[in-house]
Amino acid sequence: MISIKNVKKIYPSKDGPVTAVDDVNLAIENGEIFGVIGYSGAGKSTLIRMLNGLEIPTEGSIVVAGREMSKIGGSELRQARQEISMIFQHFNLLWSRTVRDNIAFPLEIAGVPKKERLKRVKELVNLVGLEGRENSYPSQLSGGQKQRVGIARALANNPKVLLCDEATSALDPQTTDSILELLVDINKRLGLTIVLITHEMHVIRKICHRVAVMEGGRVVESGPVLNVFKNPQQAITKRFVQQVTEPEETKETIKHLLSLYPEGQVIQLSFVGEGAEQPLISNLIRNHPLMVNILQGKISQTQNGSYGTLFIHLDGEKAQIDEAIAYIRSFEVGVEVIKND
Amino acid sequence: MIEEFFPNVNWERMWEATRETLYMASISVVATFIFGIILGLLLFLTSKGNIWENKPVNFIVSSFVNIFRSIPFIILIVLLIPFTKIVIGTMIGENAALPALIIGAAPFYARMVEIGLREIDKGVIEASRSMGAKTTTIIWKVLIPESMPALVSGITVTAIALVSYTAMAGVIGAGGLGNLAFLEGFQRGRNDVTLMATIIILVIVFIIQYIGDTITSKLDKR
Ligand SMILES: Nc1ncnc2c1ncn2[C@@H]1O[C@H](COP(=O)(O)OP(=O)(O)OP(=O)(O)O)[C@@H](O)[C@H]1O
Ligand SMILES: [Mg+2]
Repeated sequence: MISIKNVKKIYPSKDGPVTAVDDVNLAIENGEIFGVIGYSGAGKSTLIRMLNGLEIPTEGSIVVAGREMSKIGGSELRQARQEISMIFQHFNLLWSRTVRDNIAFPLEIAGVPKKERLKRVKELVNLVGLEGRENSYPSQLSGGQKQRVGIARALANNPKVLLCDEATSALDPQTTDSILELLVDINKRLGLTIVLITHEMHVIRKICHRVAVMEGGRVVESGPVLNVFKNPQQAITKRFVQQVTEPEETKETIKHLLSLYPEGQVIQLSFVGEGAEQPLISNLIRNHPLMVNILQGKISQTQNGSYGTLFIHLDGEKAQIDEAIAYIRSFEVGVEVIKND
Repeated sequence: MIEEFFPNVNWERMWEATRETLYMASISVVATFIFGIILGLLLFLTSKGNIWENKPVNFIVSSFVNIFRSIPFIILIVLLIPFTKIVIGTMIGENAALPALIIGAAPFYARMVEIGLREIDKGVIEASRSMGAKTTTIIWKVLIPESMPALVSGITVTAIALVSYTAMAGVIGAGGLGNLAFLEGFQRGRNDVTLMATIIILVIVFIIQYIGDTITSKLDKR
């Protein structure tokens, strides 16, 4: 659906040229939810804005739904943009229009007659769950409701691709989750391809199928979300993964635990997919003459399976502990022995 | 009662002058509104980082606006006498004031329009572009409606300025309440006539202010 090849974007500036996006290559499949994560200034917005021609790449090619975005202009570009819609961090609704008229705006642009417009708006209002608020003005809505209007507006012309630029960054965690659920629902129901950018791993974990990690304008790592969670390669990716798998205070807790349990071993287990759903600990205790203390754990759901970490303390004979660790490994569970240092 | 305080006021003449003032003011307000918005849009759209970014055009429009905004109105009328004679054919009467009124007020209003347009959230314009909107659609359906409260409050201020401009134009012979106050009131020493003309002008100004404020607050949905 989207192919990004050797794309570079260089902005001229007073202090010399700024390379915002540097030699990015990505292929995004039809119907997938693709996430791009990175810290502020990584070039995410620049990248996503090139997908609908709001920015033109300095080098390389971008093909979206069969159109080479950097080569088209005028009415062809406007036509293409009706198939590639976008939602924004700050919603960008017209405050002078009611919810109904905001949602109708892209339909007016597309030249849909009034009667059909009203009918379509009604469907969209139901789809995003804003029944009864049609006559409200944006200033009378909460952030979550505003984003629902943004989503309804983006879906009005039955686009093929939905671009989300930090669409949940201005919302509280609960509202974020409800908007993310709406996006997953839309993705499943309409088969829409979604590209979303964020700096929150939570968002990636919750709804994305694949993810690309950006740093300094480059994509430094990409792949299915679960693989990236299971086996993060780059330091930056590890930091992002930690955002959702480990509570903030983990490091300190572990240090504390090591001092509490000088005997035996503290080990960290990482479960991915099926592994997370087996009664591993019960079996471990049943089959090995060991003391097993569960210290801390967390399991997260992703779009392609669950992922979790668990810290346990094993106490007993050295040989027994080694055997137990080998046993755990046989379940395709990642094991890391935490050393006291 | 009123006759006692205003013995010299010829009410028919006073009404006639009021009608002329209202005529000059309303025609010039409508024209200023249109030309001011056109100039303001040009200023905004051709400025840096905007849809029609164009340095030369922006410079020309901007200079034109600045020059005509800076010339004192009374001098502008005199400067425009040859132009008015060509366009209107005479220097006497209500129509004679119109060119100077419009050319004096439109640049003034254009700056207010430009400021109003700048206050529109850039994100909204970008969202419209991302929906595939044409520039004309953005102008008619985004820029103008989204800045309407600022446009209306700006034209209210301008309209009040225009009423006082009509009085000045009256002194040079353009008719209206200013002309009446000057010729019949001041020059003949009839203070009651001057006072009555002033009262009527004040009432007109208050009414304009009231209407402007009401419409602005009705429009503002922010
Ligand atoms: N119009 C521009 N002119 C010059 N430099 C720009 C422009 N837009 C972006 N940049 C630069 O490009 C780099 C990437 O910016 P971008 O907005 O894509 O980052 P981002 O990943 O979206 O960050 P954030 O999370 O803060 O939104 C930054 O260094 C920024 O300063
Ligand atoms: Mg950004």
